[in-house]
Amino acid sequence: MDDKPESGEPPEAGRRKFLGLVGGGSIAIATTALLPQAAAVVVPDKPEIPGYDWNKHHWAFGIDATKCIGCLRCVEACKVENNVPTDANHFRTWVERYVTLEGEEKTRIDSQHDPVNIQAAGAEGKYRFANRYKDAKVEKAFFVPKLCNHCTHPACVQVCPVGATYKTEDGAVLIDHTMCIGCQYCVQACPYGARFFNEEIQATDKCTWCYHRITKGLNPACVEVCPVSARIFGDRNDKQSPISVFLRNNRVTVLRPESGNAPNVFYVGIDKEVS
Amino acid sequence: MDTLFHVAPFTGYVYPNETVIPWTVLIAIYPYLTGLVAGAFTMSSLYQVFGMQRFKPVAHFAMLTSLCCMLIVPLPLLLHLGQPMRALNPVITPHITSAFAIFGYAAGFYVILLLLENWFVFRPHIVAQAQQRTGPLGWFYRILTLGSYDLSDRAMRYDRKWIFALAIIGIPGAHGLHGYVGFVFGSLKSREWWSSDLMPPIFLFSAIISGVALLIVLYAISCRLRKIPIDLDCMKGMTYTLWGFMLFALLLEAVEFASLVYRGREGIEVILEYVSGPLIVPFWIIQIGVCSLVPVLWLTYMIWRGVGGNALIAGTVLSALLVLVGVLMMRWNVVIGGQEIAKTGKGLLTYHMPLFERESAVTAAVLLIAPFVLLAAAVRLFPPWDDTNGPH
Repeated sequence: MDDKPESGEPPEAGRRKFLGLVGGGSIAIATTALLPQAAAVVVPDKPEIPGYDWNKHHWAFGIDATKCIGCLRCVEACKVENNVPTDANHFRTWVERYVTLEGEEKTRIDSQHDPVNIQAAGAEGKYRFANRYKDAKVEKAFFVPKLCNHCTHPACVQVCPVGATYKTEDGAVLIDHTMCIGCQYCVQACPYGARFFNEEIQATDKCTWCYHRITKGLNPACVEVCPVSARIFGDRNDKQSPISVFLRNNRVTVLRPESGNAPNVFYVGIDKEVS
Repeated sequence: MDTLFHVAPFTGYVYPNETVIPWTVLIAIYPYLTGLVAGAFTMSSLYQVFGMQRFKPVAHFAMLTSLCCMLIVPLPLLLHLGQPMRALNPVITPHITSAFAIFGYAAGFYVILLLLENWFVFRPHIVAQAQQRTGPLGWFYRILTLGSYDLSDRAMRYDRKWIFALAIIGIPGAHGLHGYVGFVFGSLKSREWWSSDLMPPIFLFSAIISGVALLIVLYAISCRLRKIPIDLDCMKGMTYTLWGFMLFALLLEAVEFASLVYRGREGIEVILEYVSGPLIVPFWIIQIGVCSLVPVLWLTYMIWRGVGGNALIAGTVLSALLVLVGVLMMRWNVVIGGQEIAKTGKGLLTYHMPLFERESAVTAAVLLIAPFVLLAAAVRLFPPWDDTNGPH
């Protein structure tokens, strides 16, 4: 991107630095007075990854729903990679199944949190789609992987009262768990249901595009394990990256464009019911 | 063992992460309490600012009530936070694009304003007690005088000026604080049930009627406890106030609901399924029927027939009790209702309120009772009664 600031500091860096100093400092005073063992965490202004410059990247995600087979390896990989609670109510990524039966106008939608699918999997920590339509006449069926859209104008970032969730210069929307107060206003604001409250850390959680991996040149875990390449990830600044090729060769759409959030997960092959 | 979270049963399609309802009963209690603050303050302003003499018997009581409710307002939020130790961060390092970032400032400003106004109003009592009493209570009042024992005419005129100015600032302050709570919900574009420009005025008018209704009930109870007759003129004034504001509140809610249905945007089928199913009892029967239409018709009848005496008192107090329940149900139906309609626009969830836990029915009940425990203590320390407090 040409219009990146030259300074290398994000627009909010000054404020975040202030947040780190004042917030961290006051928490340090407060917590060390009350709980001597609690150490204050001062948040760095940007990720300290040797050789990584977030001004030089512009990450984006693509989903080719025509390829997805609903195996849910992505969901499993994400849960393991990111320590996501293994129940059926907390997901950084999930897959939706859309089935239209012959003679029916309304599309049937389910995901792995559906009791029928949990039963088929045998436990909440295992993920699979039950073969519930095997005796029905299916007219149309497809799967849609979902994840945080890392929007350009994220409603979640707008509403966070402390700026614990923020937009990085390379396009990801991240959460600083050491600053999150756990009010869940962002959970409400996200129209995609991408955010959840992680009770284990008492803070809000969501997909980071595996920021810890992508900043080391790796793919997100879900992209890595997808056996059919339904998930595409890459740097839009690199014209030969998978995502650049994907965006060049396809007519893509985004979810809920009317929300004004301007998502950065681009879809191919989804139907009108998908939102 | 405490469960880490409660799964909300659902029908249709809801996003997996939606099955844990983010905002619980405590977030329904929070706007209810701020509403009572704004409403009670309105009642006191009718006397302090607009000079309506008939409200003199409840003017100071209303201000004390407003303060006691306001002191409890932050508690439901604090109890809801995943990280209560970081509760002050929005004040220390506010993220100014957040509709919630200025809550701490708005609430803090308003608490200071209420404390100041109450101090000026009760200063003659504080000074008198400081001079008479000994022991710990004497010390308490002597500290509260802040070193000022001057009760001369000049000083009292000066006090009255301050009370008037603070009451004037307090009107936009109280109403702004509560309209802003409505904005927190109304500005969220992710939920059709909340996303409405009318949300702030709806919150505001329901706040005013809840505050007036609370004052009616508390005033009646206080007179009964103090074994003094109820001032009929004052009661009648409150009847009119409650009735008038109720008409606005109901009209606004009707317009909001009508435009939601008439616009019929995406997801309207599920909203209609919701209002014609799970909402029949909490919304149509309790909030609209029993707690809005019954009292407003009853009050209309009493005003139309010129009912007076004990019949007026009984009718108004009962109507006010219904209104208090109705506004609580309104908060519930907005806060919980909005989350029971899935963001997918294709499914419904059911919130189950736990009985004992951090965010449970018991916590909510304690938070609803707490302001009145405070108030019971406050009226003993600072008698707000017209007949004991001398002229103002």
